[in-house]
Amino acid sequence: MTGLLWACATVPAVVGAGLCVSGRRADRAAPTVGIVTAGVVLALSVAVALGRPATSAPFLPGAPFGLAVDALAAVVLPAVAAVTLLVLVFSAADVSGARARFTGLVLLFAAAVVITVCATTLPTLLFAWEVMGATSYALIGFRWQEPHRVGAGLTAFLTTRTADLGLYLAAGAALAGGAGLALADLPGLPAPWRDVAAAGLLVAALGKAAQLPFSAWLSAAMQGPSPVSALLHSAAMVAMGGYLLLRVSPLLGATSWAGPTAAWVGALTALLLGAVALAQRDLKQLLAASTAAQLGFVVLGAGVAAVAGGTAHLVAHAATKALLFLAAGAWLTALGTKQLPALRGAARRWPLVGVCAGVGALALAGVAPLSLWATKDAVLAGAHEESLALYLVGLAAAALSAGYAGKVLWLVWQRLPADAEAGYDTEEEGTRQVRVLQQAPLVVLAAGAAVLGLLALPPVAGTLRRALDGSGPAPGLVELVVSAVVGLAVLLLVRVRPLQPLPGWLEGWLGLARATDVVVVRPVLRTAEALARFDDRVLARAVTGAGRGALRTAGAAARFDDAVLDRAVAGSATASVRLADATVRADLAGPDAAVRSLAAGTRWLGGWARRTQTGQLHQYYVSAAVVLAAALALLLAVR
Amino acid sequence: MLSSIIFLPLVAAALLAVLRVPDRVARWTWVAVTTADLVLVGVLIARYETPTDGGLAFEERARWIPSVNSSWHVGVDGLSVPLLALTAVVFCACAVYGLREDRRPRQHAALFLALQTTCLGLFAAQDLIVFFLFFDLSIVGMYAAIAGWGHGREAGRSALQFFLYTFLGSLALLLGFIGLYLAADPHTFDIPELIAAAPLQDHPVAGGFVLAALLVGLAVKTPTIPFHTWLPPAHTDASAIGSAVLAAVLLKMGTYGFVRIAMPALPDAWRGAAWVVLAVGIASVLYGALVALAQTDVKRMIAYTSINHMGYVVLAVGAAGLAGTGTAARELAVTGAVTQMVSHGLLTGALFLLAGVLHDRTGSYAMRDYGGLARTAPLWTGLFAVAAFGSLGIPAFSGFIAEFQVFAGSIGTTAWAAIALPGILITAALFLRALQLLGTGLPGGRSIGFSDVRAVEAVPVTGLLLLSLAIGVLPWLLLDLITPASAVLVDLVGR
Repeated sequence: MTGLLWACATVPAVVGAGLCVSGRRADRAAPTVGIVTAGVVLALSVAVALGRPATSAPFLPGAPFGLAVDALAAVVLPAVAAVTLLVLVFSAADVSGARARFTGLVLLFAAAVVITVCATTLPTLLFAWEVMGATSYALIGFRWQEPHRVGAGLTAFLTTRTADLGLYLAAGAALAGGAGLALADLPGLPAPWRDVAAAGLLVAALGKAAQLPFSAWLSAAMQGPSPVSALLHSAAMVAMGGYLLLRVSPLLGATSWAGPTAAWVGALTALLLGAVALAQRDLKQLLAASTAAQLGFVVLGAGVAAVAGGTAHLVAHAATKALLFLAAGAWLTALGTKQLPALRGAARRWPLVGVCAGVGALALAGVAPLSLWATKDAVLAGAHEESLALYLVGLAAAALSAGYAGKVLWLVWQRLPADAEAGYDTEEEGTRQVRVLQQAPLVVLAAGAAVLGLLALPPVAGTLRRALDGSGPAPGLVELVVSAVVGLAVLLLVRVRPLQPLPGWLEGWLGLARATDVVVVRPVLRTAEALARFDDRVLARAVTGAGRGALRTAGAAARFDDAVLDRAVAGSATASVRLADATVRADLAGPDAAVRSLAAGTRWLGGWARRTQTGQLHQYYVSAAVVLAAALALLLAVR
Repeated sequence: MLSSIIFLPLVAAALLAVLRVPDRVARWTWVAVTTADLVLVGVLIARYETPTDGGLAFEERARWIPSVNSSWHVGVDGLSVPLLALTAVVFCACAVYGLREDRRPRQHAALFLALQTTCLGLFAAQDLIVFFLFFDLSIVGMYAAIAGWGHGREAGRSALQFFLYTFLGSLALLLGFIGLYLAADPHTFDIPELIAAAPLQDHPVAGGFVLAALLVGLAVKTPTIPFHTWLPPAHTDASAIGSAVLAAVLLKMGTYGFVRIAMPALPDAWRGAAWVVLAVGIASVLYGALVALAQTDVKRMIAYTSINHMGYVVLAVGAAGLAGTGTAARELAVTGAVTQMVSHGLLTGALFLLAGVLHDRTGSYAMRDYGGLARTAPLWTGLFAVAAFGSLGIPAFSGFIAEFQVFAGSIGTTAWAAIALPGILITAALFLRALQLLGTGLPGGRSIGFSDVRAVEAVPVTGLLLLSLAIGVLPWLLLDLITPASAVLVDLVGR
């Protein structure tokens, strides 16, 4: 059984990577290969959902690559796999050009989602989480020939990665707290680290789920092909944000603040993005805002520990929103537009698409007994238990969903205007046909959107709640009736009194994108440019300056050498010569003369001495007598 | 075994320098010798078993300069084996890429083979004099590579700046080595003996000065801010192969010096300086990323991301010196640091080789000159996209394994390390922006008529990327080597 789990993750990864690498050569085979692979993944995911295996492989020191299918994963995994398969079936007829790359990326993405759903450790989760982000970048920017689409992918990737930093932080906190990197161990962390870990996971999840204040990336992401939106922005990537919070709901509950924070962020996102959706004039933008709003209910559910309700809402929303995105995609391909005014009466051109989209819109509106009606109330029951204000905000958000769903529903089912063609082909050349492969998935998804509410209704709801260890309350009859009435009433109200144009800041997604630009993007770019200038003009120049200084010092030393030392040496040589001359002169004048005069004196004395040598005896006698007399006199004098 | 791995390229270099073989023979000799060396390193890894006592494997020791107790002492452990392998891989990739080199290919091959010996020798050295010798010779070799085969009008000047700057750094390093030598009793340059003795353990002032000298020397080579300014011009003016070797292998000499010498030989001083190292690491991460974001020249941009990536290593080794915190987190940080050295080598090597293709075709690195390369050069764009994603730390590539460990370990040690987290975000922004400017949109400017990568260019890049992928998917292949050594190192630093 663990082998099946590994296969569930690796088969789409390997096939997807293979398709991406083989490029255009595989374009013809790609749709079939993709559908078969997705079918295999669906079968495998059902198998592991029933078998509930857990496995791990060596990965990082102290943190294995852990995968496990628990009750939560067992519910979500088949749903994601099914949507992936249906989206690939739809794409086989919808996406043209570079099909191998498209299918490959979708399969890689699907593999990342499977791992995200089954991850038991933080590194495993982060691994899949970031691959999801990267493949979503590549899928949103699928048509790279148009730079603004790649730019939208960049926005999406960077926004979600900003939030992902929370996961790195959580991993550090888990290590600092000494609990290890298993997700299940996080609630046992000691106090400050538990809060840091909870905060990190919360931020990461809010980013992926396009909750406030991160919602703007989802608007940009609508530049991607419609099937991409159907998969990423309904069942998988965005939903994974909500899923993560459901998974770590015990950690949120272990802190005093994380649960309420998540609940309020979810409720406010549901409310505000519901209003944003109501203001949109572009169908895909409306659906995107609605996605963020509906994920708000999931986040709210995780915050108030209504895990079963949140899970049911997640799955039901996945089917509903994938359906609506695919319908929007079918119309976009056929009619070349996604502008709501131009789509007037579009449902009547292809009734099957119209009926399916109608079911989806009614489900989104919360009309009983369709799916989102019951699932949403399962969440709101939990909110009601937590605080009345939270419940009322949630109920208001539910009313808004009925409003924007009704807006779409009534519009596409209006009578086809005579000049309908004038509004078409504004964004691309429409084909004016919806193929069978595009319609079939819609039917399956419509069935899901209709009946998946069973997950939140007895008797399934009780089983699910027990399986998820949830203690959240079941929705009371009153709540169910109230929300059904509110949904229906708003839906009818929108029919009777068409909406007035709403303020521009609502249509502009609360100015979030511009705010991000002003508050984050531009300051960072400015800082980067300033630092680059600093690097070039100050740091690098300081070094070359130091080098130049060294050269200058060397030059000065050389000059000193030439001007002073060398001259001194040369001077000393001259001086030596001069000294030698002087010495010679002095020598000639001094000692030499003295010696010579001494010699002359001696010679003179010698001359005198020679005079006595006469050779005459009498003179010798006289001199001897004189000397003798003198000696005698000296002797007498001395005595 | 180890000595033959080290000297095989040098012998080939000497032969190539002396024998006037035809260019074609010289190029293929280069490929053959690097491949043979790679095979030898593969055999060494296959036969490597982690020494149980925390010591060295494949140790070799021979008399060399007995008067100062310096010997030819080489050996490997879990810190050096990955870098030996990286060196062999990168040089082999460069040899294949160099098959198209038409400027004095014989001398070119000889120079890079000699350079390979200096790199291998440094990562195997277990004696400070041997280490220093190879450290300095690598600088000489790289100077010749930039000055002789670089492009750009200022290649000579950049080469000289590189040489003088890193040579000055090496002098600081030598000062530190002499300090260690004098402090040891009996005096020795032998690294394991110095580590065992930790000679300046009870001399905070002397230890501080010796560590400061080592830190400055290694920081210049790594480089960390503010000693990095030689790097961008050196890269911009070096050839593709020169840049790849410089970034992939030579920069690692600095960070390797931290884990091989500075940390274990001066544990006391290292713990004292840990906060400074940590701060420099954080600053390098953020500063490198931000300055890279502002670049318009793709090669300069990659050069600045090297400062960012090496900053993660410095951050991690700084965190590893913070006493009184969990051992597991510090070990993870050190393992992450060594993983990052390997990962950066593979990915940045690939990026520089790809950047070289741009220059080869058009002579320009300016990103604004291109656009729409995905149409005219789809393979180049695909490879660049993969390398860019790998480098920005996307899972399934080695960068993620490295950065996750660095961050989890460092933040697990001190929450201050979290300040560096935006680095991975800015890196993502700058790589994707580069990809967008170069690859997407309709072909314009110099992209028109751009011929896609040829086999000799694609093969080495693909090889590097596949290795990065292997480490990213099966990280234990690498981590099983590193982890025991980082445990030993953390233990030594904690003394």
